[in-house]
Amino acid sequence: MRLFAELVSTLGTSTKTNEKLQALSNYFATASEKDKVWVIAIFSGRRPKRVVNSTQLWTWCNELAQLPGWLFEESYHVVGDLAETIALLLPEAVNADASFPLHHYLETMTGIEKEDEIVRKTFILESWNSMTQTERFVFNKLITGNFRIGVSQKTMVNALAKSIQLDASVIAHRISGNWDPATTSFAELLSEHVVTTDYSKPYPFYLAYALEDDTQTLGDPDQWQAEWKWDGIRGQIIKRNDELFVWSRGEELMTDKFPEYHSLKNHLPNGLVLDGEIIPSENGRPLPFSLLQTRIGRKNVTKKQLLETPITFFAYDLLEYEGNDAREKILSERRLMLEKIVAEVNHPALLLSPVISFSNWEELAELRKQSREMGSEGIMLKRKDSIYQVGRKRGDWWKWKIDPLVIDAVMIYAQKGHGRRSRLYPDYTFAVRDGENLVSFAKAYSGLTDKEFAQVDHFVKRNSLEKFGPVRTVKPELVFEIAFEGIAASNRHKSGVALRFPRINRWRKDKPVAEINTLEDLKKMLEIYGK
Amino acid sequence: MDLIEFTDKGLCCKAGNFYIDPWKPVDNAVITHAHSDHAYAGSKAYLCHRLCKPLLQLRLGDNNYQTVEWEETIFMNGVKISLHPAGHIIGSSQVRVEYNGEVWVVSGDYKTEDDGLSEKFEPVKCHTFITESTFGLPIYNWKPQQEIFQDMKDWVCLNKEAGKTSVFIAYSLGKAQRLLQCLPEAGLPIFVHGAIWNVHEAITRSGFSLPDVQRVTYDTPKENYIGNIIIAPPGAEASPWIKRFTPYATGICSGWMQVRGNVRRRNADAGFALSDHADWKGLLATIKATGAEKVFVTHGFQAVLARYLTETGIEAAEVKTEFGNEEEENSTAVAEENQ
Repeated sequence: MRLFAELVSTLGTSTKTNEKLQALSNYFATASEKDKVWVIAIFSGRRPKRVVNSTQLWTWCNELAQLPGWLFEESYHVVGDLAETIALLLPEAVNADASFPLHHYLETMTGIEKEDEIVRKTFILESWNSMTQTERFVFNKLITGNFRIGVSQKTMVNALAKSIQLDASVIAHRISGNWDPATTSFAELLSEHVVTTDYSKPYPFYLAYALEDDTQTLGDPDQWQAEWKWDGIRGQIIKRNDELFVWSRGEELMTDKFPEYHSLKNHLPNGLVLDGEIIPSENGRPLPFSLLQTRIGRKNVTKKQLLETPITFFAYDLLEYEGNDAREKILSERRLMLEKIVAEVNHPALLLSPVISFSNWEELAELRKQSREMGSEGIMLKRKDSIYQVGRKRGDWWKWKIDPLVIDAVMIYAQKGHGRRSRLYPDYTFAVRDGENLVSFAKAYSGLTDKEFAQVDHFVKRNSLEKFGPVRTVKPELVFEIAFEGIAASNRHKSGVALRFPRINRWRKDKPVAEINTLEDLKKMLEIYGK
Repeated sequence: MDLIEFTDKGLCCKAGNFYIDPWKPVDNAVITHAHSDHAYAGSKAYLCHRLCKPLLQLRLGDNNYQTVEWEETIFMNGVKISLHPAGHIIGSSQVRVEYNGEVWVVSGDYKTEDDGLSEKFEPVKCHTFITESTFGLPIYNWKPQQEIFQDMKDWVCLNKEAGKTSVFIAYSLGKAQRLLQCLPEAGLPIFVHGAIWNVHEAITRSGFSLPDVQRVTYDTPKENYIGNIIIAPPGAEASPWIKRFTPYATGICSGWMQVRGNVRRRNADAGFALSDHADWKGLLATIKATGAEKVFVTHGFQAVLARYLTETGIEAAEVKTEFGNEEEENSTAVAEENQ
């Protein structure tokens, strides 16, 4: 555990990708095979299930530290991270330097999932008792399953590539899909053999950067294929060995969540992998993302949901055909094959994401303005002769999103941040006018420069009207332009609307509160874009 | 009437006609230590410890200063006053006030671990204790100084190996001198920012001996810094001044670094939780050792500590003062140190 804890501390404090890469490849060069497999698992989102919940953890911590509950909460509020709070509050361990290797804890954790609480409690207490403060922090992080320390899967894969001299895109593919870190050895995981025996294994997704330059810089429009950019879940449908698998971009196996796809198993040919969008639609027209959200995270889908939110798959690429990797073929070839397959399969849940025909960039720019009416968030541009690459790459694929919707609003609440922002107020709630009243309608976090942020924080600390725990009500004085991607009706919010991706676009220092938008304006937007 | 009252000018002893660390000009000011939130200019007369005077002179200029030794007794208007080591920085004191058999102690800022520099803190028996609470939460428990010093030396070595200069961020008065207790052991030249240099000079002029350091000046060749040690005040971190040390790594020395998020928020490469304030256990142990029947908790987590004390059977109340204003901590330090 010591080695891994050191790795996490280095990763946590280093601000440069190169340093992180170096720390990881040092780790891969020195750690044991078993621990390495677990580190790959952890940094690719494959943690063991939680064996205890947060409440249990902090209750046991309080028993050991002998603190009143409110004092734990005060501490948590300042630290902003449960795992770290506990690590700081626990009394010093008797054998602080007697920890086991990383895989011991993770494998024990997997083993006691179904045991009685007392077994799990003993495991936690004994573990704490053999660890230093840093190890405890990392251990608690693994337990609470919230392990964001600024290392992407890409960085991990690159570090691995460096230490075992294998191409990063090959590694990305080999570590994808369904494998159990407890039973997979390092050699097995990275061998070619597994790729051919694991039928569920998806391909790493090819992702696009946002287009920042003018479309003219892309050259001849004939070289480009344009598609609508959908606001669903990117996914792969795999049919191999008479089985069907559905993967999300987050590498989550979602086959069971979407019964609509199940009969595809009888219609798709074996050895086929499709890339596309998991999205609810009616007559080929997408339904809002908020409806898709009602389907995600549900174990059992009701008949009503199946009727109201029918999930379809908008296919836009073909990655494997007749058992052969098709990613090296050029897009125009893959597209032809894809069109043929979708037509032959002729299944209500499998649709073809259409290609937008255009003859020049000006025309495409005009068409892009219809994105919202099409239920899309802009246009994807893909070079016709592009192969299907691994990860986010510049050059051949671009996303060309439409400008967000905006509304001017006033800040009415500010909330303390967590973690590194635990002494600041970075979370704001905004309101629009409704006659004489202000109605809150959105919370937003980012979008200000550091300097502006410091000014707003200063204002908040000096213009608080009331304090409720971490929240302060502030004088309604600062006006901001709030940008968002979509709007839907909601009966959970006072305003009656829910926004998608709300964020601060800019600070409207030029605008007085009297001139901000009204609830009426929001409702109009809901009518136009909320359907 | 209480022996010491909380007024808009500061802690006031009406019977003795003096204030302790007043934040507005008064006739008689008793000063616990020379940090800017405790030592304000403009009062007619100042009473402080002998070692505190040169630091007050540095910060406030020439004034009517009267100095005493620790535990030396003087009377003001019949009120008995003595200063006792607070262990916070050089020349820092607690103030003991006695009148008609009643004893109050004002802690100022204090730490309980002996740093080998400030005189070792001693709890003073009293009826009423006014304590600081900067780190009054149980998450703040410091590692022994020697362990942190070792971490710092290890970090310097790592940086040197990587061809980087180690820049320590530390308050110019207090923390910077404390670092000099260990950094010379790394065997590398140590350079300090002008603000730290001024304090260093003032302290050595008063006869106190500190390890040798060099001042960072405009015309020091940049090669001289590479792989060596720099000590700079907060505020220098984000200024163009620091660029001259490139490539460098920054390590912030402050109790706030106990929480990882603060290290990241300050965008530092390392954080060392080395504090000149008492930690949670230090605060509780001190309060108990004073035997006080009543405790007033000021600057810091006063609400938390006061509630905890009350629940454990010690009468306690929180008091708002102008000391250690958490939200101003960084900005005042910057303004002051960059002069």
